[in-house]
Amino acid sequence: MIQVIAKEFNAFLNSLIAYVVIGVFLSGMGLLMWVFPETSVLEYGYATMDTLFSLGPYVFIFLIPAITMRSFAEEKKSGTMELLLTKPLADWDIVLGKFFACFLLVLFALIPTIIYYFSISALGNPVGNMDTPGVVGSYIGLALLGALFCSIGIVSSSITSNQIIAFILAAFFCFIFFTGFESIATLNIWSANVLVIKQLGIVYHYEALSKGLIDSRDVIYFLSVTTMMLLISKTILSSRSW
Amino acid sequence: MAAKYFILMSLQVKNLTKVYGFQKAVNNISFEVHEGEIVGFLGPNGAGKSTTMKIATSYIPPTEGQVIVGGFDVVDQPMEVKRIIGYLPEHNPLYLDMYVHEYLRFVGRLYGMRGTALKARVNDMVELCGLTIEQNKRIETLSKGYRQRVGLAQALIHDPAVLILDEPTSGLDPNQLVEIRKLIKEISKNKTVVFSTHIMQEVSALCHRVIVINKGEIVADDQLSSLAKNHRMESSVIVEFEGSVSLENLRGLPGVKSAEVLDSSKFRITGHHGVDLRPEIFRFAADNNLSLLGLKLEENSLENIFRELTSMQEG
Repeated sequence: MIQVIAKEFNAFLNSLIAYVVIGVFLSGMGLLMWVFPETSVLEYGYATMDTLFSLGPYVFIFLIPAITMRSFAEEKKSGTMELLLTKPLADWDIVLGKFFACFLLVLFALIPTIIYYFSISALGNPVGNMDTPGVVGSYIGLALLGALFCSIGIVSSSITSNQIIAFILAAFFCFIFFTGFESIATLNIWSANVLVIKQLGIVYHYEALSKGLIDSRDVIYFLSVTTMMLLISKTILSSRSW
Repeated sequence: MAAKYFILMSLQVKNLTKVYGFQKAVNNISFEVHEGEIVGFLGPNGAGKSTTMKIATSYIPPTEGQVIVGGFDVVDQPMEVKRIIGYLPEHNPLYLDMYVHEYLRFVGRLYGMRGTALKARVNDMVELCGLTIEQNKRIETLSKGYRQRVGLAQALIHDPAVLILDEPTSGLDPNQLVEIRKLIKEISKNKTVVFSTHIMQEVSALCHRVIVINKGEIVADDQLSSLAKNHRMESSVIVEFEGSVSLENLRGLPGVKSAEVLDSSKFRITGHHGVDLRPEIFRFAADNNLSLLGLKLEENSLENIFRELTSMQEG
């Protein structure tokens, strides 16, 4: 599995994908956090990182599918899937290798934003007046959300050999999981089941984590949906039907 | 005949059937390849060669039947099978954005090679496969012939006992063809090699034994030398006379099965099985005072055998 992660990650670095992803994410977040007046911390006047954590998921909805779309689709199209599958690798090695490579790239994009924490903390009045547990919880939430989006992207890529289809499906499902369930729950047909529907979506759990309250139920939600997605792609891979 | 020695079976295919949807790609085929043998897997496009190879490399599962590679079942022990097999898939897929060394190192690592041993092995492969001049390039920039060498190098890096090559020479120019064939011959010492092709010369250039497959079924499985003998082939003679000769006269000669006009005074005469027509034609010419300009036995080339074998079931 390590070899697959290394190979995938090298491919990100060699093909500029890594630099573009990290560059675009950081410039986008930087603009939103510090420059654009509507969302800027400087205009807002409160020492919080809410902008990053509330808009980050929307940037991820577009960025993560772009990272994951090639993972299986490209290999299927170019035939290298056959090469990989006839090497002594378990199907799990391939799925997890690809997943962790994508996730690692997401983490690398996220790490530099820790600087924002220190900058905002320094700008606070009094200095250092920040909700640190909230920030830590939000980071954990954002990382888990990144992992979940990666797994959705991996599934989308494993069902098609067309990268554009993989991207669109991944972006759509990320959106559905993120806010779709929340919005569906507002339909006037669920009566008492509203909360159940809401709990299927990411927002419900993500917001709980953002409060700095790391509830095992929320963590388990993210981990189980991610695992389920990876299990689906492993099943698709094992079926060899493309 | 009682086997005196225990012969290690490198590849056993038993009653293999593969069905895609409603289409039977491979229909109940069985054959065995012994250790150290080079076997050509021959057939027209779509005959089921690639499917058989994909099953033997444990890439896709068989619908029915069993394939055993070096004692391991491809369904139950895929890891063991993958470890002892070197495989070059059809169309030679490669990671084009990788460098030659990077790619070979990656494949080596998948087989558990590490450190200096891996480095040494990669260098050996580069040398063996004639990649020395191109070794520092991106695979993308290599010509087709060199890409094929990279494909062979990755298939060989773990010194596999069984080598499976799916159309290793398709799409190469004549020079590359000769070079790759030479390379395959060189690397196939003390290995079991199964390669598929639809080019006849390749078989005669490379292997001892040939398995001909058509529409998912084996139509011949024989030593190359006895293939022609065992598949009652007719022999034809191309003859050219000076002046005109009637076709009827030629047809009337003893042993002639059929005759056709190729040119004004050039004919192809086909005899019955096992008859050499040349003496008869020479006598005919002498008797009729005709000058013979040419008399050539048409060799029963592999191509003819192939055509005969693979067109039998048509219609």
